[in-house]
Amino acid sequence: MTSTTKKSSFWRGFRAGLPFILVVVPFATLFGVVATEAGLPLSQVMGFSILVIAGASQFTALQLMSENAPTFIVIASALAVNLRMAMYSASLTPYLGGEPVWKRALIAYFLVDQSYAISIQEFEEKSGMSLGEKTAYFFGAMAPICPLWYLFTWIGAIAGSLIPPENGLDFALPITFLAMVAPGLRSIAHISAAFTSVVLALALASLPLNMGLLLAALLAMIVGAEVERRTA
Amino acid sequence: MNFSQAEIWFVIAALGVGTFLIRFSFLGLIGQRELPEWVLRHLRYTAVAVLPALVAPLVVWPEATGGEVDLTRMAAAGATIVAGYITRNVIWSMVAGAGTLGLFQVALS
Repeated sequence: MTSTTKKSSFWRGFRAGLPFILVVVPFATLFGVVATEAGLPLSQVMGFSILVIAGASQFTALQLMSENAPTFIVIASALAVNLRMAMYSASLTPYLGGEPVWKRALIAYFLVDQSYAISIQEFEEKSGMSLGEKTAYFFGAMAPICPLWYLFTWIGAIAGSLIPPENGLDFALPITFLAMVAPGLRSIAHISAAFTSVVLALALASLPLNMGLLLAALLAMIVGAEVERRTA
Repeated sequence: MNFSQAEIWFVIAALGVGTFLIRFSFLGLIGQRELPEWVLRHLRYTAVAVLPALVAPLVVWPEATGGEVDLTRMAAAGATIVAGYITRNVIWSMVAGAGTLGLFQVALS
């Protein structure tokens, strides 16, 4: 494979990533605003977005710290929110596992909901991509998203209290995630999994340490796989 | 917030390292080894199993309303799902969701 096909894979990924700017910008801004209002200095707000780079868990940690939860609970809950990324990691391994370890480490750092959703859809639908093309596609998808994640966290932190929470920015996360899921409801198996996920997440919401989320996700995955096996 | 600067940095560092290790888990440890078909079959449903579970409580009991069920946010979530399902397009899905959110906020204010 030549570098030309890699380059075109990168730019195809880049174009697939572009729409998510509309999501990442308000979400990053919101985190900057909320974290600053919670009393974090700029360095720590940026520390979260650069070192953790996982919005939902950053909000979880911030929320629990605002409630003065024990440090252990803050860390365990925020990490539990991110456990889904172990499944992303597993799911991308058949496609990207052949890369040298430093590249896999870099991919791991950039493995967020958006880059996963964009890449896995491409890899599943398009067979015959080389390893290099797949990796280029993944980094391409990340390229428009990640720098803006840092930048708008910073802008949000600077803007601070100028953006009132009542204008619904808090709902950027649900809308983002729902918009990522809804177009992917391709089959009865996908719909069954999503339905199971919602019902169990609500039923198990009172479980501590985000265990409700994890249990709901695990069972929904089993339901999806089982429905696929029976309907295939 | 009663957390000291050092404690907050500790939380950030722990989350940074922990989150990286979660992301690196399979990519780093398993490498190129083939995963069996039943594992792959389950993994196909990760996104559609995890994200709704993450979102559902935020939609039904939004923090912005103190956990009270809120017509505006329910409507916005519904519009996002319906538009995403029909158009198969992330952007139209989000436009429908954000638009519905704004519309209800204006109408109900």
